[in-house]
Amino acid sequence: MSGIDITRFHQTFFEESFEGLDAMEAALLRMSSGPSDAETINTIFRAAHSIKGGAATFGFSEVAGFTHVLETLLDLMRSGRHEATPADIDCLLRSGDALRSLLTAARDGGQPDRDGIAALKAELESRLKGGGETPSAPAPAQASAPAAPAARGWRVRFIPKPELFASGNDPVRILRELTQLGRCEVHCDSERLPGLRIAHPEVCYLAWTIELHGDCPREAVAEVFAWVEDDCELHIDALEAAVEVAVTATETRAPELKLIEGGKPATPAAAATAPAPGVDRRAETRGDGSSIRVATEKIDALINLVGELVITQAMLQQQSAGLDPVQFERLLAGLSALNRNTRSIQEAVMATRMLPVDFVFSRFPRMVRDLAAKLGKQVRLATSGEQTEIDKGVIERIADPLTHLVRNAIDHGLELPEVRAASGKDPIGTLRLAASHQGGHIVVEVSDDGRGLDRRRILAKAAERGLPCSESMADGEVWQLIFAPGFSTAAEVTDVSGRGVGMDVVKKNIEALNGAVEIQSEAGRGMRVAIRLPLTLAILDGMSVAVGEEVFILPLGSVVESLQPQPEQVKRMAQQGSVVRVRNEYLPLVDLREWFALPGTRRATHEAIVVIVEAEGRKLAMQIDELVGQQQVVIKSLETNYRRVRGVSGATILGDGRVSLIVDVGAIVRLFSSPQTPAAIAA
Amino acid sequence: MSRILAVDDSTSMRQMVVFTLKSAGYDVAEAADGVIALEMAKKEKFKLVLCDVNMPNMDGITLVRELRGLPDYKFTPLLMLTTESGPEKKQEGKAAGATGWLVKPFNPEQLVATVQRVAS
Repeated sequence: MSGIDITRFHQTFFEESFEGLDAMEAALLRMSSGPSDAETINTIFRAAHSIKGGAATFGFSEVAGFTHVLETLLDLMRSGRHEATPADIDCLLRSGDALRSLLTAARDGGQPDRDGIAALKAELESRLKGGGETPSAPAPAQASAPAAPAARGWRVRFIPKPELFASGNDPVRILRELTQLGRCEVHCDSERLPGLRIAHPEVCYLAWTIELHGDCPREAVAEVFAWVEDDCELHIDALEAAVEVAVTATETRAPELKLIEGGKPATPAAAATAPAPGVDRRAETRGDGSSIRVATEKIDALINLVGELVITQAMLQQQSAGLDPVQFERLLAGLSALNRNTRSIQEAVMATRMLPVDFVFSRFPRMVRDLAAKLGKQVRLATSGEQTEIDKGVIERIADPLTHLVRNAIDHGLELPEVRAASGKDPIGTLRLAASHQGGHIVVEVSDDGRGLDRRRILAKAAERGLPCSESMADGEVWQLIFAPGFSTAAEVTDVSGRGVGMDVVKKNIEALNGAVEIQSEAGRGMRVAIRLPLTLAILDGMSVAVGEEVFILPLGSVVESLQPQPEQVKRMAQQGSVVRVRNEYLPLVDLREWFALPGTRRATHEAIVVIVEAEGRKLAMQIDELVGQQQVVIKSLETNYRRVRGVSGATILGDGRVSLIVDVGAIVRLFSSPQTPAAIAA
Repeated sequence: MSRILAVDDSTSMRQMVVFTLKSAGYDVAEAADGVIALEMAKKEKFKLVLCDVNMPNMDGITLVRELRGLPDYKFTPLLMLTTESGPEKKQEGKAAGATGWLVKPFNPEQLVATVQRVAS
C-alpha cells in the first residue's frame, strides 16, 4: 500500500486541539469556582489525552512530551490520588496556555517560549512527585524490538484456553501469521476434543505445536501471541532445547480439561449484561456526532448564490406584476411558491452561519479571573443566553469591543473589596454578560454592580476638552459624551472619570456592524452597556428611496421618521447650508441629489421628502424625491466589486436588475458635521 | 462485504483511521463515541470494531463489554486503540472482551497491518 501523507490530518488535529484546550480551560475554571463533579475532571483529562494521542500520531513530539506530563497529573486527579489544589489549577491553566503556544508554533511555525515551557513542565513534574508518583517516559512512536540473538527457529506450544473464541481471537489467524515469519510445521493436538456429540461449538478444544523454521527473534514470535497471552498457555523455545519444556506443558493442561468436561462453555457472557456506567449520560448533548465541519468559504459561497437567487426571484416577481391574474393564474401561483421557498432557503442558509454567542463569552471566565487577580478585586462572572445565535462574522467582530467593555467594568467599574464592603455591598462584585434576541436584533449586555459613571466628572472633563455640554443635559446625553473620540484616551481621564477607555473605538466597531451601543448607569449601583446588533451582516432591512432616476437604500435601523416639511420649517443658514426644524430641533439638511452629484434639478425642500436619520447619536435630515418602500436587501460589497466610495457602505441589486447603493448614514453624519463642506468632500 | 467500524472522539484520529483503511480498500463507518457506536452496531453487523479507550458518553471499555454481549458480536474482533501501553488498561480491555489492541501512536502502515491480521 502506498504511504499515506498524514499531514492531511493536521488541520483537523489543530482545530480539535484548540477546541479541546478551550473545553479544558472552561472545566478548570469551573473547578476553581467551586466543587465539581467527576465529569469535569474527566473532560479535562480527555482533552489532554486526545491532544497527546494526536500529537504523537501526527509527529508533534514537543506537544506530545509536554502533554504526557500534564496527562499523568490529570490521571492522578481523576483517580482521586491527587487532590487538586488552587495552585494546581493555576498551573494547569498555564499549561493550557503553554500547549496553545506549542500548537500554534507547530501550526504556523515560529518559536514558542521553550524556557518557560520547560519550567512549567518541571513544575508539573514536581506536582506529580507531590502526589507520590513519577511519570514514565512517553511511549516511543515505534516499538523498537531489542536485538535478540536469532535462533534457527522456534518450537511453539500453543494451548488456548477453552474460552479463547469469546475474545474474538481465532487460532487460525494466529497460525497464519506465524507462517509469515518462516516455514511452519504445524501439529494439531486434538487430545482435548470430546466426542463431537457433546462438543460445544463455541469452545476451543484444540491445541497446537508449531515448529517455526526461520531466522526471527523470539519477540517477533511472542508478538503474534500478544493479544492472547492471557487466554492461552504458551511456550516458545529455541528448536534445540524444546523437548523438556513440552513435557511440562502437557502436565499443566489438566485442570482446564476438567472445565470443558462440565459441558458448559466458559464464555463470560454474564459480564456483558452488567449496566454500563456511561450509558445513562447519553442524554448529554453530543455535538460531534450530529454536526459536520464545513469551511466558511463554502458557506459564504452558498450565501452568495442564495443572494443571487433572491435577486432573480425579485426580478421575476417584478416582471410578472403586470400579468393578467386570470390568464396567468398558474404561472403566478408558481412564482408565489418560488417566493416563499426562496425566503425559506435564504433563512436556512443564513442559519448555517449562526454560532452561539458562547463562542465569545467562553473567553471571558479566564480573562476575568486573571484581571481580577491582577487588580486585587473579587469578581463573580454570570453569563446568560450563551446559546443565542449570531452570525459568525458578527461574533468575530464583537469580541474586541466586548473585551474592552469587560476590562473597563473590572478595571474602573467594580470597586476593591474593602471599598465595596464599606459601602454595604457584597465584597464580591458581579459582572454579567447576557445575550438575547429582541425583535430582529441581538442584544449583548455587559453590566456590573460597581460604582457607575460619575456624571459630574464626565461633565467637567467634557467641558475641559471643549465638548458641547451643559449641566442641564439629561443623563443619557451625558453618558454619550464618553463615546467622543479622544475623550477617554488620556490616562488621567480614566482615573478621574472612572470609565471609558477607548469607548469611541467600541462604538465605532459596533456601528460598523450596523449596531448601536446604549448605556445606562446609576451612581453607586453599577452600569449597563447594551450592544444591539443585526442578526446577520449579509442582509439589511432597508428603506428604498428614489432620487431622480436612482434608488438608494437607507438602513432601516437608522431611519427615525420621514416627513414632508412645510416651507416655514426649512431655514437657510449663513454658513452651514439649510436646516430643518422638526419638533423644536434644528437638523442639518443634506440633499442626496447634491451629495451624490446626480443630474436633474433640485426640488424645493417643501416639495420633496426628508428622511430623518440618526447615527452616532446625531440626527440629520436627508432630502429625497420619493419613498419607494421597505425591503430586505442582500448586501454586496462595493469594495470587492468596485472600490470604496465615501458615503456608501455597499450595494445591492434591485428586482429590476439595477444596482442600488446603500447609504452609509454614519459616514455622512460624520462628514457633514466635520468642518469640511460636501463640495470639498466630493472633490 | 461487511464494514469496519472506527470509534474515536478525536476527529483527527478518526479521519486518519478511516482514510487509511479506506485507502487500503476497506469499507469503513465511523462513530464519535461509544453510545453512537453501540447504536450503529445494533443496526449493522460490522466485521471489525476499532475503538478508542477514552471517550465521552461511553468509553471504549464499556463499548467492548456491551458489544461482546450482543449475539452478533460474540466472536467479532474488537480492537482497542490505546495510548496506555501499561498493562492495566490492556487487562481491563481484555476482561471486557477485547480481542486485542493497537498502541497509539501508530502510523497508517501499522494500522493496516493490524487490521489485515484480523479482517482478511
